[in-house]
Order: sequence, then structure tokens, then C-alpha cells
Amino acid sequence: MSTVWASVRLRRRGPLGISSSLQGAWTGLPRAARYTIGTVGVALLYLLPEIPLGLIETQGTKWESVLFFPILIYVMMAIGLNIVVGRTGMLDLGFVAFFAIGAYATAVLGGLHDWNWWLVLPTGIALAMAAGAILGTPTLRLRGDYLAIVTLGFGEIIRLTANNTESIGGPRGISDIPVPPNVGGLEFDNVLDDRPFYWLGLTLVVLIVFIVRRLERSRVGRAWTAIREDEDAAELMGVPTFTFKLWAFAMGAGIGGAGGTLYASQHRLASPGTFQLILSILFLAAVVLGGSGNLVGVIVGAAMIAYLPERFRGFEDKRVMLFGIALVVMMIFRPQGLIPSRRRAAELEDPVTPPEMADVSTSSQELAGYELGEVFGPGTVSLDKPFAPDPRSPAGDGDHG
Amino acid sequence: MLLELDDVHVHYGKIEAVKGVSVTVDEGEVVTLIGANGAGKTTTLKAVSGVRNVTGGRILFEGADITKVAPHRRVEMGICQAPEGRGIFPGMTVLENLEMGCYTRKDRKTGIKARDLERVYGLFPRLAERRTQSGGTLSGGEQQMLAIGRALMARPKVLLLDEPSMGLAPKLIAQIFQIITEISRQGTTILLVEQNAQQALRRADRAYILESGRVVKSAAAGDLLNDDTVRQAYLGGLGH
Repeated sequence: MSTVWASVRLRRRGPLGISSSLQGAWTGLPRAARYTIGTVGVALLYLLPEIPLGLIETQGTKWESVLFFPILIYVMMAIGLNIVVGRTGMLDLGFVAFFAIGAYATAVLGGLHDWNWWLVLPTGIALAMAAGAILGTPTLRLRGDYLAIVTLGFGEIIRLTANNTESIGGPRGISDIPVPPNVGGLEFDNVLDDRPFYWLGLTLVVLIVFIVRRLERSRVGRAWTAIREDEDAAELMGVPTFTFKLWAFAMGAGIGGAGGTLYASQHRLASPGTFQLILSILFLAAVVLGGSGNLVGVIVGAAMIAYLPERFRGFEDKRVMLFGIALVVMMIFRPQGLIPSRRRAAELEDPVTPPEMADVSTSSQELAGYELGEVFGPGTVSLDKPFAPDPRSPAGDGDHG
Repeated sequence: MLLELDDVHVHYGKIEAVKGVSVTVDEGEVVTLIGANGAGKTTTLKAVSGVRNVTGGRILFEGADITKVAPHRRVEMGICQAPEGRGIFPGMTVLENLEMGCYTRKDRKTGIKARDLERVYGLFPRLAERRTQSGGTLSGGEQQMLAIGRALMARPKVLLLDEPSMGLAPKLIAQIFQIITEISRQGTTILLVEQNAQQALRRADRAYILESGRVVKSAAAGDLLNDDTVRQAYLGGLGH
């Protein structure tokens, strides 16, 4: 493992603390209680632009606009990237590419070809998924750092291609982008009010979370976990690893595409300048900061990454430095993320070096002195009889602290 | 013939690691490939499980040519490998690891799965005690048991074992080999790759000795155990 990957998988031992016991309490609750709390929570999220929150609200920028962008969009992107990085363990440094593809799909189909917005959204998602599959087919045979570099390049290729293609506006981009048709009281064409976009985006996020949760708990989710933990072993257990990696990549890309579609509609602009490398990095930071692999964690992480710089806009340029310091400090003291995935935490635990690990040649030499009869007594091993605990090997007492 | 390797070649880039190996495994047998480091044993096994592509020759399973069949399809057909070293899923519990073993099984009805779990826990009572512990926290010997148990959950017709004794203390090695014999007695065919020639030859029916990617000798395991040149080369001249 070399440096890039190592920094994502920074390991540190130790208890997970409060969030872990909270997680325990949560899973201990009866199903009905969890659903009730979940529903109330989601309802509160819908009301966020309406409730006065005083100092929590961003100062100087419109709170409901910030709620939509960057917060909600970052959350959506982090959920998508989490499937790739957190669940399946593939490092993608060019996730912004799919965001851009979603945005440009909206601009070209909706803006230049006047498609209905509700047709543009699924098409944008489908195009991003297709791009993910096309990029993934040759590259997902690569692992770790190599994949990271290829995806990094892909992100830049998409941006530069957009920049140099006059038919899609070149560096100016496309600014004539449709908004979703008004529904009831929701006026998407009111430039001064971003709440309809927030509510639409939130609805999409809820839907995505629902789908992703179901997937994670299915055969697909188990395959993703197996691939992340040991790809070779997964293959040997009969998991078609390439297929599942490709699906993870395409699913993540599709969610990224949805984010791009929404973003472009609300900003009424898709231009290459938006889709800089820094966005890919921030999406990745959101996943790692929140707790790679944990859906709730990455949502919280993304919200923080998006919210904090907006809230502290008053510090002007210093806020970026403070933000950087905060990230570094966070990664030193809590590398597993704010709300880590328990399973990932177990994977990142330093593996125990078992005391019986010994040089093979010496052990076979030593074995020469053993007669099997001495070790086991005469006869073959009995199925009913458990192994006698081995007094010499600490492995026998099963306590590795 | 259950499994047949016919003049199999495997390359790593330009380097030929396996130079025309032919091995047969009959139903119910324990066949072992022994040899020094770099002899091509593990690579041969990987060719059988399909994680390494062969560059020449054929692999037949139950008479069908599986040379081009994807690894996960081979698991469905009945070839399952317990990987070398610690090829277990560290973040999954012991039970979840074992469940991954029957990932491809269509008959994952709870009754059958429970019976298979019983069987594995019968072979490895230690795993039953540790069933809720995550795989990464097990000791080396326990991880090896888990890797074998997980492969058994696939109900393989032939079980491929890659250096099950690697890195274990002599006493644990003896335990593992006892269990391998028991698995064979219960009716699973085994193809075993080992550096520990002494143990492997005691437990196997037939053996192939590999040197620099070629089979240099094949015979009944018992004969090799008493063969002077083999004793000199692989058994440290024991008994003299």
C-alpha cells in the first residue's frame, strides 16, 4: 500500500467512544421506534429552511440557498462516492466527472434541445452511469493507487473536454438551463427562492438513502464488503468481483449525475470552471471525515464540509486555512471518521500478530521431533471432542486485548 | 477423473512460473503438490481456481474443459479454494465469513445452511466459540481454520488448500492436518499445496513434486516418504 491509499485508510486503534454506544443504542431500539424517530428526523429536515436557527444559520449568505448548495449537493455526492470508496474500497479521485456529466446532460438536453426536466433527470443519471461503466470497464482491473490516478485523470479530461468544446459553450459553458416545472406552490422558476430546490433535492436524497440502504443489506452489499476486505478471497468464494465493482462504480456515478443535474438546474449554469479537482477532493474528504462506509457518517461529514466554510465566511480567506487545520486535527484524533462504520473500524484495527507465527522452515524442523501420537494420542481426531486448549499458545485463550 | 491438469503453463509477464504441469486428481483422493519456494505450487493451484490465467494447456473438471471458465463460475461447479495466508474477511464476524462461503449456493435454505454450519463447527469447535468475533481478531491458526471452514461451506467437490500450515506452530500444524484427513474421510476430494512435505506426504494418497515449474516426480505419497532422494531433498534427511 503506498501513500495515497494509506492516508485514506489511516489506521488507529482504540475505542470508538460515544458514537459507538449511540449506534448500539440505536440498533437496540425496536423497529417501530426507529421508524418513528427517522420519520420525525426527516420531517425536521424538510422544515429546516422554515425554522429560525439563529446563529446556526449562515451569516451574510442566504440560509436556504446554502442548505441546497453546497450542503445538500455535497451530501448527495458523498452518498454516491461512499458506495465506491467506503463500501467497495476503490479510491476515486475524479468523482467530480460524474457531477459534470450530470450537469452538462441537463444543459445540453434541457437547454439546447428543450427536453422536459423530468426526462432530463433520469437521462442525466443514466448518462453518468454509462460514463461510469465505460470508464470502469478497462480501469477497474487496476487497484489502489493506480485506479486513483486513472480516475484523477478522468476528472480532468471531462473538465478540459468541456472547456475546449465550442458546441457546448467552451469555457463559458451553457447558461440557458431549464428548471423543473412548477408543482402546486413550489415555484422552481423563482430565482429568489431556493427552497423548492432544497425540498426536491431532499426528496431525492431520501429516496437514494432508501435504495442504498436496501442494497447494502442485500447480496450486493455483502459482495461489496467482501471485495473491500479481500478482493482475492471474494473471487475465490465465488463473488464475480469485476461485475460488482462495475456496478458500484456505476451506481456511485449515477448518484453523482443526479447531483449534477440538480445543481445545474438551480444555478442555471454548467461551466467547466465549476468542476475543478478541488471538488473531487472535498467529496472524498466528506466521506473520510464522516466515516467511510457508514451512510449516516458520510451524510454528516458532507454536511459539515459544506456548512462550516459557509458559516465562517466572515473570516474571509483565513477560513480556508482554519478549515484545513480542522481537517488535519480531525484525521489525527479520529481517523476512522465522525461516525465510523463498525465493520470498517474492525478492518482498520491493527491485526494481531499471533505468537505462533514462526518461520515455516523451523517449524517443520521442529516437527521432526514430534510424533503425532504424542500430540493427539492414538486414533483419529474425534468430531465431538473440541480441541484441547493449548497451554503454550496464547492463541488458545482468545483474548487479544 | 474429477480434476485434470493437462500440460498447464502459467506466465507472470514474461516469466514462466509453471512450465507444463500435468496433474490428475481422482474422486475421494488427497493429492498433494510439494516443492520448495517458487516451484510453482501456488501458481498451479491458482490456475485451478481460476484467479491466474493459464497461457497454455487445459484444465478439465468432471470431463469438461474449464480453462476459460471465470473463477466464480468454478466455485458454482464445485471447486473452492482456501487461500494462502490470511485470506479471510477481517471485518466480518466468523459467522459472516462462513456465510460468504455459500455465497454462490442456490440451495441456501436455512436448514441446509444450518447443517453445513454444524459440520464446520464440528470440525472446528474453536470457530463456534468465536462466531461473533470479527475475523481480523482471530489468531493465525484460527484464521486458517476459518479459511478452510469457509471453503467447505461452498460444499466443494474438490477443496483446494494452499499451504494450510504456513506460519503455524508445529502443534497447530498437526491439528490442521488431522482435520484435513477428517475432511477427506467425510468425502471431500482435496488438492493440497504444501512446503511441509513431511506432513503432506503422511496425509496424502498421491503426491507430485514440483521443481522450477515442472513436475519432477509423482508417486504414491507413502513411496515418496520412503524415497531416499526425496528424503534428502525435502524431508531434511530424517531418519538417518
